Amino acid sequence: MEISKEKLIELYTTMMKCRQFEERIVDLYARGQVPGLAHLYIGQEAVAAGVCGNLNDDDYITSTHRGHGHVVAKGADLNRMMAELFGKKIGFCKGKGGSMHIADMSLGILGANGIAGGGLPIAVGAGWSAKWRGTDQVTACFFGDAASNNGTFHESLNLAALHKLPVIFICENNQFGISVCQTKHQAITDISIRSTSYGMPGVTIDGNDVVAVYETTAKAVKRARIGEGPTLIECKTYRWRGHHEGDPNLGSRYRDKKDIDAWKLKCPIERLAKDMVKNRKATKKALEAIEKDVLKQMDDAVAFAKEADFPAIEEMYEDVYVKEGV
Amino acid sequence: MRELSYADAINEALKMAMKEDERVVLLGEDIGCYGGIFQVTKGLQQEFGEDRVVDTPISEAGFVGGCVGAALTGMRPVAELMFIDFSTACMDAIFNQMAKMHYMFGGQGSVPMVVRMNVGAGRCAAAQHSQSFHSIFMHMPGLYVAIPSTPYDAKGLMLESIRNNNPVIFVEHKKLYIEKGPVPEESYTVPFGKADIKREGKDVTIVATHAMVGRSLKAAEKLAKEGIEVEIVDPRTLVPLDKETIFESVKKTGRLLVADEDYKTCGIAAEIAALAAEEIIQYLKAPVARVCSPDTPVPFSPQLEQVYIPEVKDLVPAVQNLMQYS
Repeated sequence: MEISKEKLIELYTTMMKCRQFEERIVDLYARGQVPGLAHLYIGQEAVAAGVCGNLNDDDYITSTHRGHGHVVAKGADLNRMMAELFGKKIGFCKGKGGSMHIADMSLGILGANGIAGGGLPIAVGAGWSAKWRGTDQVTACFFGDAASNNGTFHESLNLAALHKLPVIFICENNQFGISVCQTKHQAITDISIRSTSYGMPGVTIDGNDVVAVYETTAKAVKRARIGEGPTLIECKTYRWRGHHEGDPNLGSRYRDKKDIDAWKLKCPIERLAKDMVKNRKATKKALEAIEKDVLKQMDDAVAFAKEADFPAIEEMYEDVYVKEGV
Repeated sequence: MRELSYADAINEALKMAMKEDERVVLLGEDIGCYGGIFQVTKGLQQEFGEDRVVDTPISEAGFVGGCVGAALTGMRPVAELMFIDFSTACMDAIFNQMAKMHYMFGGQGSVPMVVRMNVGAGRCAAAQHSQSFHSIFMHMPGLYVAIPSTPYDAKGLMLESIRNNNPVIFVEHKKLYIEKGPVPEESYTVPFGKADIKREGKDVTIVATHAMVGRSLKAAEKLAKEGIEVEIVDPRTLVPLDKETIFESVKKTGRLLVADEDYKTCGIAAEIAALAAEEIIQYLKAPVARVCSPDTPVPFSPQLEQVYIPEVKDLVPAVQNLMQYS
């Protein structure tokens, strides 16, 4: 499959947005300007960009606690995302959800999710819903290597395969569940082999190769749209930051700094940039311009978030229930 | 008026809801050709097909979580969990996802779904098929909890539950399934948060739930022979709770007993007692009494279980004791 130059530029831009959004969070968090927990996605951008590059606005995603990248890649407004992280009223969740619960129903973003494995059944339901309603919408379900040990993984993949639901299960194997590495949490190396037991196709790919992620997902999306059912795609990747901002020394209690450095050499953004320049799909200058533009968008988002108002105290009591008859 | 059993009344409500709204789908274990273990869904799969009345695998977390995703994306699913005891297998979907999404997402999205389950001891089914821990769901903000005690209320509350735009825990009582009562043939709803006075009296208020309503009516007949007139208030929904009707009754009688089959500790009886203590203690002539299940698992042996179940044998002396105060 030949990917168009425009698509490559789009994937690069998306990855750059994911990266710069989070680099900004690193800084703001260290300054104490962003409250709460921030689980950063840096290093894994090829997965979100490659998957979401195949989705339409009315397709769905379910995300995880490490969800900024998925949400950015699905096209969410950066200003409102940043405002949510600041706890501001204009944020996606009116400042009541924060980093782990960003949702945008208008873009099919069914929520980042604070419960590991919590999003899998929800994705199954969204897929089921598309089937019931007779649409060709698909759902991309992001989860991590550690969540693949949760019971919801088993129940969800079984249901999706049984009913041929249009769901693409994206396992982002970043090799750690907080501090526990993959070899200590499961006896297998390739999580995709589990697909066999549900009767669905499964594949393991290099999750730092955005082109591979894009092409593999494209096949799975095509299958899903024509009613042939779900696919499990395992993307092997690595998180550069600690489990969350504040995890001491980027997780030095449970991993070797040399590993982090080695994975940084496999940066998915630099890798695509090199390939594009080499294959004359883009000039260095053009890519630098994209980076500059994205940085400007981040400046704007931070300024927007800083200036915005906090929610009023009485808003704490609103939205517990949907108002009837409105 | 025509009489229907409690099970048939719910069946009729489900059928009506499915006819009037194609977004309504049913999911659960053995609800299809088998008709549900208590025959509440009998005939529905034959009428509406296997796509809309889905026999699920034993995957409570998968299909209840699936209903959350489906409800978020435009469906109105009704899940059956059989026994309330099985709800613990999908508590994340209920407590962390279904109940919280509308709030966490800042008022975006709604989760219009119903989860059916039943309570009640008395079938020698022991500690994992006999519990009545419905009060646990009123502890969690974001859920409505319906608890019908008659066939009339069962049909009307079910239609309201399905049409409501919020998630509803619909708690049936398995000993009531075969009880018959008048049920109009037409479609009607019982509004949430409206208690029903099942018997008028001037001496003691019994707030009774589910099967405790019928048991309280029997106790009231006995007590009437002693000249004690009992008023029976059936809240019909735990959330929203019709405090006003309960308080009006207590202001009249000055004596309050709460009869509920849940465990005594932290149940609805404890909550209503606390509300009375906080808000209307000046009207009370006597301490608040509670007739509930003991704080032990439900025992198997019929000799033990019959003592365990809160019944007329417990209600009569409890009321007589309240009458010692004047």
